[in-house]
Amino acid sequence: SHAAIKIQPMRQFFSSGHTNNWAVLVCTSRFWFNYRHVANTLSVYRSVKRLGIPDSHIVLMLADDMACNHRNPKPATVFSHKNMELNVYGDDVEVDYRGYEVTVENFLRVLTGRLPPSTPRSKRLLSDDRSNILIYLTGHGGNGFLKFQDSEEISNVELADAFEQMWQKRRYNELLFIIDTCQGASMYERFYSPNLMALASSQVGEDSLSHQPDLAIGVHLMDRYTFYLLEFLEDIHPSSKANMNDLFKVCPKSQCVSTPGHRTDLFLRDPGSALITDFFGSVRKVEITMETINLTEPIHFVNEERQKETYSYVDQLPVSEIIHQKPKQKDWHPPDGFILGLWTLILLVFFKTYGMKHLKHIF
Amino acid sequence: MGLLSDPNRRRALISLLTRLNAPICVVCYMAGVAWFMGLAFEPFTLRTYMSENAMGSTMVEERFPAGERALGTGREFSAHKKKAGGMPVDWLVKTMQSRGLEVFTQRFSRRLPFPDEDKERYMVKGTNVYGILRAPRAPRTEALVLSAPCSPGDDNNQAVGVLLGLAQYFRNQVFWAKDIIFLVNEHDLIGMQAWLEGYHHTNTTGMDWSPLQGRGGSIQAALSLELSSDVVTSLDLVLEGLNGQLPNLDLANLFYAFCQKIGVLCTTQGKLQRNDWDSVSGYSHAVQTMMLMVMKQASGRPWGDHGLFLRYHIEAATIKGINSFRQYKTDATTIGRLLEGMYRKLNNLLERLHQSYFFYLMPSLSHFVSIGYYMPAFGLLALILLLRALDLWIQLATPPPGVLSVLTPLVISHLTGVALYTLPIHFQEIAVEHFPVSETEAVVLTAIAVYTAGLALPHNTHRLLTGRGTENGWKVLKLVAVLYLAVLLGCTALINFSLGFILALTLVPVAAFVTPDLCSATPACTLLFSVFLFQELQEMPVSFLDGWMLYLSVISQGILDHALYGSLVYPLVALLVYPCWLLFWNILFWK
Repeated sequence: SHAAIKIQPMRQFFSSGHTNNWAVLVCTSRFWFNYRHVANTLSVYRSVKRLGIPDSHIVLMLADDMACNHRNPKPATVFSHKNMELNVYGDDVEVDYRGYEVTVENFLRVLTGRLPPSTPRSKRLLSDDRSNILIYLTGHGGNGFLKFQDSEEISNVELADAFEQMWQKRRYNELLFIIDTCQGASMYERFYSPNLMALASSQVGEDSLSHQPDLAIGVHLMDRYTFYLLEFLEDIHPSSKANMNDLFKVCPKSQCVSTPGHRTDLFLRDPGSALITDFFGSVRKVEITMETINLTEPIHFVNEERQKETYSYVDQLPVSEIIHQKPKQKDWHPPDGFILGLWTLILLVFFKTYGMKHLKHIF
Repeated sequence: MGLLSDPNRRRALISLLTRLNAPICVVCYMAGVAWFMGLAFEPFTLRTYMSENAMGSTMVEERFPAGERALGTGREFSAHKKKAGGMPVDWLVKTMQSRGLEVFTQRFSRRLPFPDEDKERYMVKGTNVYGILRAPRAPRTEALVLSAPCSPGDDNNQAVGVLLGLAQYFRNQVFWAKDIIFLVNEHDLIGMQAWLEGYHHTNTTGMDWSPLQGRGGSIQAALSLELSSDVVTSLDLVLEGLNGQLPNLDLANLFYAFCQKIGVLCTTQGKLQRNDWDSVSGYSHAVQTMMLMVMKQASGRPWGDHGLFLRYHIEAATIKGINSFRQYKTDATTIGRLLEGMYRKLNNLLERLHQSYFFYLMPSLSHFVSIGYYMPAFGLLALILLLRALDLWIQLATPPPGVLSVLTPLVISHLTGVALYTLPIHFQEIAVEHFPVSETEAVVLTAIAVYTAGLALPHNTHRLLTGRGTENGWKVLKLVAVLYLAVLLGCTALINFSLGFILALTLVPVAAFVTPDLCSATPACTLLFSVFLFQELQEMPVSFLDGWMLYLSVISQGILDHALYGSLVYPLVALLVYPCWLLFWNILFWK
């Protein structure tokens, strides 16, 4: 009664259902002339950190070291705006996967959590079923694939399956997937797991273009989509109420030359009700209340629609797997079609050779 | 049944071939020449473009400020050069060290097989001086080279000045990922050859040089600078190297891109580009530029100090500053900026230049023709030889006297070729004793004498030829000779298209139509004709006497190039083309 009335405001707190935020930011290309992909990733990293997600909850994968590249005229810096206006490398960047560690296998292992026991915590995505995850990919891509490090590719089917694994292992509550590559929309075509929202910088058949070169450094500094995304995010602060519909409007065709796309059909909530800070920031909702709440009475939930299985946090660590292991039961399967067919063939050959009259001798 | 296996159709095809052989050959020849001339026509060419992703576009900011100071350094260099009477080694070492480079020297010496009258040298002794700018943060695995020759007299002082100015400027930058080697070589090509041999630990030409004390890793690209005036009106790019090898087209594309960005007039073969490709004069201009490139490539000699780098798979080009009577002058600062931009882009390279073409012709600096487009011109000429061979094979239906009868002329021709190759240099002392000529003239005249003696052979040796007097004897010889020529020209064209094409152009018609008692031209005429054409194209036509002198010097230079740098034109002509030609000459005098 008294407690039931106080439930209503609490529902407002948890309207999105997530309690923690993670971010996986990946730059997949190496070489000095791909400076802009590292700058893209670092600028998203910067925004995400500024809005509250700590380094322990960010998995940053950079395939090459631009700041310390021999060709960098300004060592230890990565600029996103020309004339060196904004150094996104800064002095507190924590790169988790660097150089040749950024591979398709490592990326998928990070997503699905199948890492060897020796992997340090900073290299793990320790999300649970109440985590909102932001995944940002950038590099060189094509229709249905993204190139990693000039030697391998990840396909959209693999990515969709990885997300499905994450869903089945309850490793995310909602997931926002942003990709800035050529023909980026092809990467989210195959998603089929619930609670996924995806944004891409260009449609199939279009190239994502780079933004501006810096003549002193001699390379293009950023890609257009991420440049305007960064500008948009610079206006977001932790208590901002901007929602996903504003994000979809970032970088229209007049600025981006390519047509950015998005996909919301798998997302269960209305995108207009999803805040930017639900994914880009780590917001602790605090509300001062002057009323007393009696915590000794049990809380009855009224009209609870959301019935979710809860998995505890520790279950994701491999130690628990070892402790709770049970012997697997082997089910009996009827013989395969192949075996049946083989036996039929043998019998047919036997009877053809020796004739049907021998049947009576056998049976 | 198939076309070739059905006897009726085969007979029809064969009769067609024999009837129409001569007309088809003529048509093929015309088509080959027309195809070649059409290569310079602009709609048939492609615009040049940067193929290497790592080099990208010209988006760097060039900030070289010290052009005037560089010219001052050049004047100091000139003064010290006069005082030292050659390479001012100590001054150069001190200057490079003061600019923060690691400086080393290399001594070399060489005795030429006979005196070089063009450059007036016989016993060559010199020193190369080079300074290495170490990349501040990179491992010493790769290097770039900038070189300027130390020439006698007043030449190339400004080049050394700009080189030292750039060295000082580059030393202050932190973005170098490769070592940069600043090289001043003495005695141009001989010094360069000594340096390259020392750097790569090879000794192919028998030169004496001291080993290099300092090294910079594998060289990715090299530029040689020739600048003899304080201001220039245009910059000329020289690409042709030893044995007609060309650097990767991306190097030319890089140069052209920067010329356009900075606004400097750039030329190739010393000819400015024209926009009116559809007019007759515009087209002939393009043809002239392309023919100049073809002639230079065919000669097989390196046309700049860069030419020797190509053998080591180092892409290299020479940039020459030309000061003509034009109003708009470019100063040394701009040239320094152009070089700075090019080196910054080369610095970005991750692998050797390999994305663009290695075989091409350039009718102008912004257009090129790749091997796929120009090879059919040669193919059509080689087709004539094959058609002729087919025709002869069909005619020789009755069993021929045997291939062995051909062996004698073959052996004799090749022995004459060997004589042409070895005798001139070996017998120069004897010639000098008996005749009042200098060593160079002795060599050249011996060569001409052996050549002419070879031409007289058929008269004297026809007694040794079996099968003489038979109608088919010469046909067998011609068949073998035609096939030999086809293979020879084909192989030559693959390596040095221009040489193969020019030889084919002059030798094929005569080889195809030679029969006893029909007169013919010789390779020597080809050379003579080429010399005159070359001078015409350069707009410096010569009188006959001067042309003859030039012709003799060309022969001596060819022999010298072979001895000094390993150029293959002289051995090719003496050991293969000339004997092949003698076989045809034998047919001419068949009795």
